[in-house]
Amino acid sequence: MSFAVEFQAVSRHFGPANAPVKAVDGVDLTVPEGAFFAMLGPSGSGKTTCLRLISGFEKPTAGSIRIFGQDVSDIPPNRRNVNTVFQDYALFPHMTVRDNVAYGLMVKGVDRRLRAGKAEEMLALVKLEGYGDRKPSQLSGGQRQRVALARALVNEPRVLLLDEPLGALDLKLREAMQDELKALQARLGITFVFVTHDQGEALSMADSLAVFNNGKIAQIGTPAEVYAKPRTRFVADFVGSSNVLAPEVTRAFGGPDRWSSLRPEALRLTAPDGVALSGTVTAHRYLGAGSRVSVAVNGTEVSALVPAGHGLPATGSTVGLAFDPAALHVMEGEG
Amino acid sequence: MHSDRASFGLRAAALGGLLFLHLPILIIFLYAFTTEEKSYAFPPPGLTTEWFAVAWNRADIWPPLYLSLWVATISTLLAMILGTLVSAAMAQTRFFGREQISLLILLPIALPGVITGMSLRSAFSIMDIPFSTLTIILGHATFCIVIVYNNAVARFRRLSGGILEASADLGANSFQTFRHVFLPNLGSALLAGGMLAFALSFDEVIVTTFTAGQQSTLPIWMLQELVRPRQRPVTNVVAIVVFMATFLPILIAYYLTRNGSETAGAGK
Repeated sequence: MSFAVEFQAVSRHFGPANAPVKAVDGVDLTVPEGAFFAMLGPSGSGKTTCLRLISGFEKPTAGSIRIFGQDVSDIPPNRRNVNTVFQDYALFPHMTVRDNVAYGLMVKGVDRRLRAGKAEEMLALVKLEGYGDRKPSQLSGGQRQRVALARALVNEPRVLLLDEPLGALDLKLREAMQDELKALQARLGITFVFVTHDQGEALSMADSLAVFNNGKIAQIGTPAEVYAKPRTRFVADFVGSSNVLAPEVTRAFGGPDRWSSLRPEALRLTAPDGVALSGTVTAHRYLGAGSRVSVAVNGTEVSALVPAGHGLPATGSTVGLAFDPAALHVMEGEG
Repeated sequence: MHSDRASFGLRAAALGGLLFLHLPILIIFLYAFTTEEKSYAFPPPGLTTEWFAVAWNRADIWPPLYLSLWVATISTLLAMILGTLVSAAMAQTRFFGREQISLLILLPIALPGVITGMSLRSAFSIMDIPFSTLTIILGHATFCIVIVYNNAVARFRRLSGGILEASADLGANSFQTFRHVFLPNLGSALLAGGMLAFALSFDEVIVTTFTAGQQSTLPIWMLQELVRPRQRPVTNVVAIVVFMATFLPILIAYYLTRNGSETAGAGK
């Protein structure tokens, strides 16, 4: 199996050597060829710096980066077969959409007619036929996003980097673009490396994902693995707001003396009689498809997801809690 | 209660202020057409266009006009090169003393012209540089650089990052990025800065008085001409020419930077 991108103990530190800011700190990761790989994490977790290390705008302080087996330490951004869809799109404001898309071909010296044809092809790919003569300022946010995508794809990169590409779009458009990006990636077979802070986006789009925290990778795996078996408290909390249970609470829930996580949807509310666990309802939160009910159990607050259509217990009432023991996930990591 | 309409008093005062500022300019234009050549009598006893022909045929107008155009052109070019380089350095790098140097660059425009003129005059004397067209150009370049710098540095700040990285990401080398992304985006700011600098240089009097030798630029020629009561309206004809030569570039510069800010901000 060949890897599109390979990080070996990569660090990127900023600032003075005696008190560095460790934006990326000892990261190992591999992105398989043709994968849709997501880098997920809160802002400042190092995911964007990792992306810039791949594109070449940052150089590692330590460690090595390989792209398709080739060490890229000494290769500047303009000579890497990698292209980026920037967060703010970074379209050239003085050029038409067509010239924006054809830019990568123009600097390579491709003949004008040939590159105009190729640009049109790319615009068709992102469903923007006929927009070639417009200026970026005449386009909506979603259309600019597509131009940025077409522009990055025109050079036929082997890896496409996307830096929070959907962040500026409204919810409806974002969901539509998520589906389109996924379909496009499947069609082109290019490796996508996608940076996002939106866990829903990462879970629904990626084949595999890396969760970043404080410049380190907290967990790497398929979305299902990361969601069902978070390795640390941070991952459990960040990827889908799980109930994170301290060792003594885990014991009360019938587990070992370790930190564990329990997904809100795994908890069922029952009548308070004859069950091992019970607590007091402290709050409801309506989510549309269901409601999140907070229950205080021996001083620890846990959330249960009640699907729409089920009755909600009143605040202050006592309820029983039931769950499949297999759903209680004991975490290996502490952090 | 708040009203969107200003009170009558305020509007009258604003109108009065504008008239006070601009009516004299119109009167200057009017006197270019008067039939009375010795004094400025109001209202003019009669109107004529003969002074345009007279001005055209006066041999003493042309050398100052050429000199002014030459000085403005060369000092603007000088300022565009140096101002762009300085603004690039200021916008893209950080170094010790950067803020102080930026203040020093802006100083010539804040400094009264007499001070700039005096200091340049004594400096030229010390260095044994004879007063000539060159010294006028150097004097003008000191404040022209500031104008170009101010225009360019704002654009540089907006340009850094984003689209320059996008260009490199798409395979462009530094030269291609400069040519295809940098220059087109900086272009209108440079042109605007250049036009303002040209306009400022063209009608500059104070620094010129201190740095000129025997030659006179057009504004200085006008000053001398007003003292002599002969063919006075000719000076007004020249004033119209000066007005056009300075006002039009400023107007164009205004429109250029206005559009520039729209397009440069559009990517956000």
